[in-house]
Amino acid sequence: MTISRRDSLALGAAALGAASIPLIGARAAFDDVPTADVKTPEFKVEKGASLHMIRPAKFIDPDEIFWKKNTEEFIKKTGIEVKVDFVSWEDLRPQLAVVANTGAGADIFVSFGADPHIYADKLVEMTDLAEYLGAKYGGWYPLSLLYGQKWKTKNWLALPLGGGTGPVLYRKSWVNEVGYTSIPNELDKFLDLCQKLQKAGHPWGMSLGHALGDANGFSEWLLWTHNAFVVDEKGKVALDSKETIAALKYATELQKTMIPGTLTWNDVGNNQAYQSGAIGMTFNGVSLYYSMLKSPDAKVQAMAADTFTQDTPYGFSKVKPQSAAPISAMIFKHSKYPNAAKEYIRFMMEKEQYGLWLSSCLGYWCQPLKAYSKMNFWNSDPKLKPFAGALDSQFYDGYKGPISAASAAVIANYTVVDMFASAVSGNVTPEAAAKQAARAAERYYKKA
Amino acid sequence: MDATTADIGLQRLTFTRKPDGIVTRVFDNKAFLVFLCLLPTIGLLLVFLTYPLGLGLWLSMTDATIGQPGEFIGFDNFVYLMEDPIFWMSVTNTIFYTTVATVGKFALGLWLALLLNHHIPFKAFLRAIVLLPWIVPTVLSSIAWWWIYSPQFSIVSYVIVDVLHLRDTYINFLGTPWPARWSLIVANIWRGIPFVAITLLAGLQTISPSLYEAALLDGASGWQKFRRITVPLLMPILAVALTLSVLFTFSDFQLVYAITRGGPFNTTHLMATLAFQRAIPGAQLGEGAAIAVSMIPFLIGATLLCFFGVGRRKWQQGEAND
Repeated sequence: MTISRRDSLALGAAALGAASIPLIGARAAFDDVPTADVKTPEFKVEKGASLHMIRPAKFIDPDEIFWKKNTEEFIKKTGIEVKVDFVSWEDLRPQLAVVANTGAGADIFVSFGADPHIYADKLVEMTDLAEYLGAKYGGWYPLSLLYGQKWKTKNWLALPLGGGTGPVLYRKSWVNEVGYTSIPNELDKFLDLCQKLQKAGHPWGMSLGHALGDANGFSEWLLWTHNAFVVDEKGKVALDSKETIAALKYATELQKTMIPGTLTWNDVGNNQAYQSGAIGMTFNGVSLYYSMLKSPDAKVQAMAADTFTQDTPYGFSKVKPQSAAPISAMIFKHSKYPNAAKEYIRFMMEKEQYGLWLSSCLGYWCQPLKAYSKMNFWNSDPKLKPFAGALDSQFYDGYKGPISAASAAVIANYTVVDMFASAVSGNVTPEAAAKQAARAAERYYKKA
Repeated sequence: MDATTADIGLQRLTFTRKPDGIVTRVFDNKAFLVFLCLLPTIGLLLVFLTYPLGLGLWLSMTDATIGQPGEFIGFDNFVYLMEDPIFWMSVTNTIFYTTVATVGKFALGLWLALLLNHHIPFKAFLRAIVLLPWIVPTVLSSIAWWWIYSPQFSIVSYVIVDVLHLRDTYINFLGTPWPARWSLIVANIWRGIPFVAITLLAGLQTISPSLYEAALLDGASGWQKFRRITVPLLMPILAVALTLSVLFTFSDFQLVYAITRGGPFNTTHLMATLAFQRAIPGAQLGEGAAIAVSMIPFLIGATLLCFFGVGRRKWQQGEAND
């Protein structure tokens, strides 16, 4: 079934509005994924195997519905019992630490970003499975390789399942109103757009508060668009630079164009403000667009129709200055059934299952394997396009240096976010903010 | 059996008895028996108090991270914290927060207790309702406060701006350091009042009405009755309530973590939230433990101050009160 771009929105809205299970995904899942002819590896499933998996909780319903549906399919086919726990994002890392350090509990753990690198010595290597999937599905995206493989090796620590990214979402009518047809790529023009939007009564907003995803993503964007970075290739802290100062000064100007209160926003702050019509532009994952499409409220649906998406402005960066938060599946060495676990993950990554899950979530967890980008649903709605390339990026948390416990700690401790927040609020000078943050980052990198 | 036969029986027993076995002698030893009876308690204390505390102390002197057991590094964590402006801000925040919130809670709590001590209609119902803020799980009420302080959806801002037209813009409660701190203190006071009010009310009820009657006969004024009868007799329970309240407030975590998460840019972190932030999400277990350990001297100091400063009573030293 092919859907033209023109009627995609109406169909999408109708399908999503009528039931929480979108039709586009369910129909198109199977035959639109190009695959290479590769022999399926045979993992010798242990006798009497049963699996326990922990993964992040859903943000949108189909994520959980279709994950469960696929899992039931696996249970029916293999007779291997699989118990899946959906754990809230905040609790995920503490639970992972407990499982890893006690060597008991879940066989498979799905967690964020650098986690596989932190627990590398406790994980079953996944090279065989990753190479098979890569060969069959057109190869892995750069971010999948970065996060899945041990730094500078070809050994796979974990299997990336997907990742979300946060491009610009904006109200087209409001942006047009102030004389722009789309979001400009140049930083000065982008600032001009923001100033005009604010004057027109439709300011934009992006969190520099303690919002793990949004604020870190926004501050990384500020750094990368100015060619600034936290550490160099060797993992030496290079944050205190003239590029960082320039980014801080730019952020200060940008902050003046935002709706008040963004420094207090958590990860839902911009979603709420955008959906209430208080702001006209923000950076966010597909969940915001998805929930507006799905809304029973006609006014919100009209908002979704007026919402357009685009990659974040490039600034001085040559490539898209936008990373993604990948989730990866790890199998622990303490598991009694590592082969069953591999078989389960393989099953979930095959197109019959993965395609269904991916398209039903409108790419909420965007694919780590290139072949899935060919799925029809990505073209069904042009607004999904910036989300499709989530893992096709050169940038990652702790960019330029190795992925490590230190790069994760800088993110978790809001080191860069607080640097921007304290400078844009005028609490300290940009120079002092950069020094302070560099000092904090150095402590984490020294330990690693 | 009369006294004589009993005596004879006893005598015979002592004469015919074999020398005590080692077990009997050990169990006859008073010191051993005392030790034996204390054993369950000691065990409980060791497992549930000493071990976690000891582990915390040990962790604070290691560079443990989540995932790595870490090595002993002496006082390095503390030395680093001494130079860490965010840590010092959390210390001053905690002291400020505890002091102001405690004063607020006791002033309003005492006032409420005095009001509730009068004969008013629906007394039982009102007393039950007063407890509500304290009964509701803190996380729930924190989320309610988070909405109240929201920069876009605040009910307070709505009333002031859209209903009363007193301001043009919504109030940015949590966006800058000082308003954010005060907002948290208000929420903490709101939550703490019931505990103080109900405890002090219990104290008020134990004061014999005859004292007030006697004072009335002596022609004492309302203030004199309060100053000379209510306050001194309320002191013992006030000291206990104050100690507990200070401890709760000093180690408060949920309210701050749910409302500001330490933001904006770490200016509302308390020691407890900073310890958690660094130890669990930040994975720096050793450093987090060091922050938590740094709370101990403050807590001991605050407890001693409350206990001996406010209510130096004989019963607190194990004697009867007079």
